[in-house]
Amino acid sequence: MSADVQLENVWVQFGDFVAVREASLTIQGGEFFSFLGPSGCGKTTLLRAISGFQDPSRGRVLIGGQDMAGTGPNQRPTALIFQNLALFPLMSVWENISFALEVKGVGKNQRRKKANELLELVALPGQGDKMVNELSGGQKQRVAVARALCAEPEVLLLDEPLSALDLKLRQHMRTELRVIQQRAGITFIYITHDQGEALTMSDRIAVMRQGVIDQISDGTTVYDHPETAFVASFVGENNFFPGKVSKIVEGIASVETKSGLLQARVSTASPVSSGDEAIVFVRPESIRFSNGEASSNYLEATVTHQEFEGHFWHLVLQTDSGSRIRMSVMNDGDSETQAVGSRISLSFIAQAAVVLAKGELAAE
Amino acid sequence: MMGWLRWFLARNGIALSLYMLGAVALWVIVMIVLPQLFMLDFSFRHNWQQIDPSRMGGPDDVYTFVNYHFLAFGSPNNPDPFNVVDVTVFFRTIVAAVFVTLFDLALCYPIAYYLAQVARGGKARLLVLSLIIPFWVNELLRAFAFRILFGEEGTINAILLSLGILNEPVDFVREDVALYAGLGYAYILLMIFPIYNVVESLDKNQIEAARDLGASWIRIHRRVVFPFAKPGITSGCTMVFMLSAGALAAPQILGGPSSLWFTQIIYQWFNTGSNWPRGSAYAIVLMLTCVLFVLAVMRIFKVKIGEIGR
Ligand SMILES: Nc1ncnc2c1ncn2[C@@H]1O[C@H](COP(=O)(O)OP(=O)(O)O)[C@@H](O)[C@H]1O
Ligand SMILES: [Mg+2]
Repeated sequence: MSADVQLENVWVQFGDFVAVREASLTIQGGEFFSFLGPSGCGKTTLLRAISGFQDPSRGRVLIGGQDMAGTGPNQRPTALIFQNLALFPLMSVWENISFALEVKGVGKNQRRKKANELLELVALPGQGDKMVNELSGGQKQRVAVARALCAEPEVLLLDEPLSALDLKLRQHMRTELRVIQQRAGITFIYITHDQGEALTMSDRIAVMRQGVIDQISDGTTVYDHPETAFVASFVGENNFFPGKVSKIVEGIASVETKSGLLQARVSTASPVSSGDEAIVFVRPESIRFSNGEASSNYLEATVTHQEFEGHFWHLVLQTDSGSRIRMSVMNDGDSETQAVGSRISLSFIAQAAVVLAKGELAAE
Repeated sequence: MMGWLRWFLARNGIALSLYMLGAVALWVIVMIVLPQLFMLDFSFRHNWQQIDPSRMGGPDDVYTFVNYHFLAFGSPNNPDPFNVVDVTVFFRTIVAAVFVTLFDLALCYPIAYYLAQVARGGKARLLVLSLIIPFWVNELLRAFAFRILFGEEGTINAILLSLGILNEPVDFVREDVALYAGLGYAYILLMIFPIYNVVESLDKNQIEAARDLGASWIRIHRRVVFPFAKPGITSGCTMVFMLSAGALAAPQILGGPSSLWFTQIIYQWFNTGSNWPRGSAYAIVLMLTCVLFVLAVMRIFKVKIGEIGR
């Protein structure tokens, strides 16, 4: 069973400090939904408001259509996987997993059986009698998932559960979690500061900045059609050129920047108007070498650094006006390297760039 | 051991190492081992010093079990099958010390938990202060104050009478309530701080995880907090038990007229009885019994001795 989760104008305040501001959204039952944002932006706080450990200062949390006000964490149909897992070190693996059944007074044999089933599900068969500290990081991770699933929650809440794992394992666990979610058929609410995790696993992503939700979309939309300067700079690499919108023709804005006149698509969800302070964003992979003078979106720059990553060359360039540009060139097998110090001409098409209202950018 | 010694010498240099090892050895031998050995030696001797000093060092001055025999069976003309008074007092002391320990545990565990996991900043400091400052009052003063508090004309009786809960005053001193309260209060810090120390290091997320999985507060404590706190609980209980069983001032002042603490008997042998050998034997029996008892209880609750130090 899966339930949908609704936040209605949820605020969380600690004294004068606003950790979550006006969060309103609906997460569908069975959805894999992620909150993505830099550390300290209020993700954990929001998750605690959903699980019942933190009362919202204002607003309502509804799970399965029911207002959760006054319902404690032990009464909600949610299970939380903590950032540090919080497995019980003094219990064996199977006791950890079946704790939710022990609470309900289920007999030992049945608990054992259920624990074994869940160990199968998370691909740890036969490890039930070990103690928690005998497991590796990835195994502990799976035990935490199994322990939460044992409570048969309708909504599983995961607080950066992969952050303690090494890269390889993290990538493996992404796939694994997605598979587990589909098998269990319940709502997953996943918190992360790692855009890769959010993009690969989620049906939809809410990008957060300092307690505010900037955008809620699926992964491709967040990446291709960011709605705020913060989202554009936080999700994926992006080059940015601040300037002023001089005119808009058929959804293409002309923006005066230090690097010259740049043309970019106007976001339909959050359009700028003529005269606005704005920023043009271009992805490194959208920038091309140019063989001649183009009419617009033409840049000249000097190579300052380059990095080879197999399928991509990553170049860092400096324009004459001092802007730094990142560029990724697909390695087609016989591409020439660009020597550091050489001057090159670049361009990009207006459709591949987006102009957004000036706003806070993500810290590098 | 040799490896450790070499490491220790290399780390601290010869002079400092010798000083530290010497100081520790001196401490252990002079302050702990030697006095107890003297006591042990005493306990196996006749009390010729008092009875007939001329026989000291003579052929009669040999090791004997007479003092231990006396504790168990009393004087040769004792009509009872065993030394009723001393043995009863002995066991009553142990049982009472156990009771004081459990009472303190029940009282202090919630306080320690609150301090370690719930209270924040200023509130926690205030609570710690209000626990510590009363101990600036010395033991005797506190004991006599408890007499006033619990006496027949005391504050507690006055309150209970005026509230109509009692019809006539109860002599809490005679009923040993004052003694238990006094002993219990005397050692609360020794119970609170070891538990606090351990519980403080318990990850709050563990408590929340248990709660999230549906556990009631009772179960959270039974399954998560209490097992985690076991080393602290053990060291707290051990200290309180040992000190209660060995307390002297509180039983002297707060004990009812009919109730005797075993330490008081020991004290009488040493002091008014002028029988150091017998006093030693009694004291050693008390000490050994307490140690064995503690070890047995630790065994039952599966606590290893090494865990206490943590
Ligand atoms: N109990 C609390 N009291 C005061 N401030 C808090 C509390 N919990 C979190 N905060 C603050 O709220 C902000 C968001 O925290 P958190 O939700 O943990 O961020 P994230 O999980 O996104 O890293 C942080 O600035 C943090 O210091
Ligand atoms: Mg967090």
